[in-house]
Amino acid sequence: MFRYVLRRLLLAVPVLLGVSICVFLMASLVPGDPATVLAGDTASAEQVERIRRDLGLDQPIPVQYLRFLERLAHGSLGESTRTHREVLLEIADRFPYTLALALGAVVVSTILGIAMGIFAAVRRGRAADYLTMGIAIVGLSVPTFWIALLGIIVFSLNLHWLPVTGARSPQSYILPIFALSLHSTAVKARITRSSMLDVLGQDYLRTARAKGLRERVVLLRHALKNALIPISTIIGLQFGSLLGGAFIIETIFGWPGIGRLAVQAIFNRDFPLIQGTALVGAVTYMLANLAVDIVYAWLDPRIRYS
Amino acid sequence: MRGSIRVSAIHSAAAVAVGRRPGTIVEFLRRARRSPPFVIGAALFLGVLLMAALAPVIGVQDPIAINIRERLEPPTMRHLFGTDDFGRDVFSRVVWGSQLAVRLGTLSVLVAVSGGIVLGLVAGYYGGWVDQLISRIFDLIFAFPYLLFAIAIVAILGPSLDNLVVALGVFGWAGFGRVIRGSVLSARQREYVEAARAVGARASRIMARHVLPNVAAPVIILSATRFGGALLAGSGLSFIGLGVPIPQPEWGAIMATGRDYMGTAWWVTVFPGALIAVAVLGVNLLGDGLRDLLDPRLRDA
Repeated sequence: MFRYVLRRLLLAVPVLLGVSICVFLMASLVPGDPATVLAGDTASAEQVERIRRDLGLDQPIPVQYLRFLERLAHGSLGESTRTHREVLLEIADRFPYTLALALGAVVVSTILGIAMGIFAAVRRGRAADYLTMGIAIVGLSVPTFWIALLGIIVFSLNLHWLPVTGARSPQSYILPIFALSLHSTAVKARITRSSMLDVLGQDYLRTARAKGLRERVVLLRHALKNALIPISTIIGLQFGSLLGGAFIIETIFGWPGIGRLAVQAIFNRDFPLIQGTALVGAVTYMLANLAVDIVYAWLDPRIRYS
Repeated sequence: MRGSIRVSAIHSAAAVAVGRRPGTIVEFLRRARRSPPFVIGAALFLGVLLMAALAPVIGVQDPIAINIRERLEPPTMRHLFGTDDFGRDVFSRVVWGSQLAVRLGTLSVLVAVSGGIVLGLVAGYYGGWVDQLISRIFDLIFAFPYLLFAIAIVAILGPSLDNLVVALGVFGWAGFGRVIRGSVLSARQREYVEAARAVGARASRIMARHVLPNVAAPVIILSATRFGGALLAGSGLSFIGLGVPIPQPEWGAIMATGRDYMGTAWWVTVFPGALIAVAVLGVNLLGDGLRDLLDPRLRDA
């Protein structure tokens, strides 16, 4: 098990380097010269030149990349061009809010999705199955930001039950988490159903029933345990779409997370901050998948040897 | 003559996809007619296509012209979906928006499929370091969460419909590329491919004649899913101002104009969003139906 974890960590290194190259290149691919943008419209040619030298922009690209890596190794991503604060600190302030949304959505979608999937699988081919799966595919197709806006119109603006924006009270988590978890719930419901149907056809379940076990025990102890294995990988993959979805949901709810931070940074053309959020987003996603893969290996000893 | 070539091409593509000899497209349609997801999905999707094609006839009021005297009017017979903050007819804007939606979905899937086919075929057929290199590129694309990847590209290139197509299409390379690479790897082991190589067929001919038809079914199914994904991502990005710029009647962009008036003028946000939901539901159902019909092994998956 330890060796498996070690190998997975080592395999993540080249991808991480690739991600850092992509993120680094982002800034140089932007049309226009960052030094001119930074200096502002009123700057003289000498000022622009000084900024270019200070930032090392007069160096060749590979040298610039190595310097970027070196700074990164010291825990620095540069200063936000707007607030002049260290980008990593700026992100650290906001990150817990995004993580809370994403983890909340993971919990809600996993519980709801698995429940819907089991419910549909047990009633396969009956009205309840079609209804549940119908709800799932509608949930998969509806834009999350539309559901978020409907929620605001109904629950915040008309019923006044929930706040419209911000993250000040526990109630303010309800709408964002619900909207964010919509697609994941639908995906998990569909996968749980098919995975349960696979397992339900297996011989050992017939044996379990033949032993006289109650249906509840058969389903939850014997079937679900094995059906959960494919679902666990989806939880990791879904974490990526939750992080991405948070960019839109956070903008709607005025949520103080990294999604809204990144969107604002794009409008301000604050490139160190854009790079920082892209890097943190990719690394978080990678760690989430790594964690899920390790849990997966622990659940299913067969895959460790492959 | 030209028409008959096209018909026969569709014919054989469908026949390959269904896994039967040519001439059984009728058989395919007969089976498809009994699949509720396929029928409902096809109907919704055709509805959106029709709306896009007939936009000049249905959306008779100018979707961009400003008419301040009629701003934020609720739905009436004259303005079925009401008007927005500049007095523009929301119904006309939504109708014209379907053209942008169809363009965004079609073009981004085309970019994704063509890039994915080239990369996947090359990786799967040549193997070795070429495969290693291309597979690592796929890993890298997948290292970024989907929307984050698109946002990063739009941040670099600037918000526009074309840049959205590039962003969503390039991300799709990895998805299609992996599917195609996998199919090529398994097709390469088959006797008929080996036989073709033995008689001296060139690599390009083997790929086009013997390998590509095998990947038709998964590519068609994935295309439907990616079409819907592109609509959701594209309208979401337009909504937060990182997609199609606002005066254009893109569905997400229309919703963005209604954001400040949600309490008083719900119609500006609610109707375009409902259209996105209907269009995406259509392609998703179509994808589910096609999967059942084309690939029985995946049934219930």
